[in-house]
Amino acid sequence: MFTSNSQQPTASIAQRVAAIEAVLHERGMQPAAFIEQANHLIEESWLPQNGARVVAKTWTDAAFKQRLFANGIEAVAELGLAMPKHHRHLVALENTDKVHNVICCTLCSCTAFTIIGLPPDWYKDLEYRARAVRESRTVLKEMGLNLPPEIEIRVWDTTADTRYMVLPMQPPETVGWAADRLAELITQDGMIGVARI
Amino acid sequence: MDGMHDLGGKQGFGPVRHSPKAQVFHADWEKRVNAMYSLAVKQGVFNMDEYRHAIERMEPRHYLAAGYYERTLTSLATLCVEKGLVKHDELERRAQGAFPLSLPSAPGRPNLAGCESFKPGDRVTVRADYVPGHNRMPAYIRGKNGVVVSESPAYPFPDAHAHGVPAADEPTYDVRFNSVDLWPNSADAAFVHVAVFQSYLERLTDAD
Repeated sequence: MFTSNSQQPTASIAQRVAAIEAVLHERGMQPAAFIEQANHLIEESWLPQNGARVVAKTWTDAAFKQRLFANGIEAVAELGLAMPKHHRHLVALENTDKVHNVICCTLCSCTAFTIIGLPPDWYKDLEYRARAVRESRTVLKEMGLNLPPEIEIRVWDTTADTRYMVLPMQPPETVGWAADRLAELITQDGMIGVARI
Repeated sequence: MDGMHDLGGKQGFGPVRHSPKAQVFHADWEKRVNAMYSLAVKQGVFNMDEYRHAIERMEPRHYLAAGYYERTLTSLATLCVEKGLVKHDELERRAQGAFPLSLPSAPGRPNLAGCESFKPGDRVTVRADYVPGHNRMPAYIRGKNGVVVSESPAYPFPDAHAHGVPAADEPTYDVRFNSVDLWPNSADAAFVHVAVFQSYLERLTDAD
């Protein structure tokens, strides 16, 4: 391909991954054990259900919501949730009947993955990264969220290691529900801001 | 660097391929690669800014054609070669074929000397800096005016941290831009909030 001195065809992805894994193994870095551990985290820990619990708590506990706005990392720790060390700030963005928030990362694909889950494929695609900042209302409409024109859109580009999550509006018919039941309604798309609940 | 990765506001792309049941991973090797780059960061082989910059240094045609996790793989392999864990030809011998890596890095830069701090409500402009190395200033805000909304905790300065240049952690500001200022007559109306490092900003005065 473009940046190899080799005259041979490009090795398959599987061969390239195996080559780098063998190198890390020979350097004593124990990749196999770490991969297994990471797979466990992917399946058991870094799930959108974490963020759903946070959102549901903001819907049922106004004091918690204020603590979340004041210090996101400390507030989610109350629910047993943590962020990687290099994420030093969690900002919760509240949707209202006048304001709609949506998050993206134009330069790579950063997210608060331990809270709202690892980003889905489309979030990492070139289309979303290129268009979300410039054509927000159009992109949301294409994705099935047709916002009334009077609603102000705020797009958040994750360019530093501060991380964002959207707090969707609570559907009025669910007022009074228990937090556990509310959490089941809340989706990752809602916390990215491309869907309403 | 004004690289292919800096996609914000680029035109010509089609609809987002969205599905409510979208997946994070589509193959087992993607999970392996994602874990291995994270392992290398944890063990101090490289840091997150070096990792991001090695993706940005991919040859542009390779960058656009590769999926997300092939970019991760290319960055991981490039940095393993650059940090001396393995030689490129050994990687290719093991992979039994060409193993394309990223292009070499250009120099980084330290924090801007004497840059001032800001508070919410301050009007700021993004310095019209053009640098050959890593930075986290999307080109669409270069030279544009915005308003500081809040301050985040200090982070390593990416322009230095990706290049082994000594530098102090510095604050980032949540700066609010108006999409119609960023792309006059050519954007949906919205506020665009960007986390901007202090070194990228200067104060706008009433005379500006």
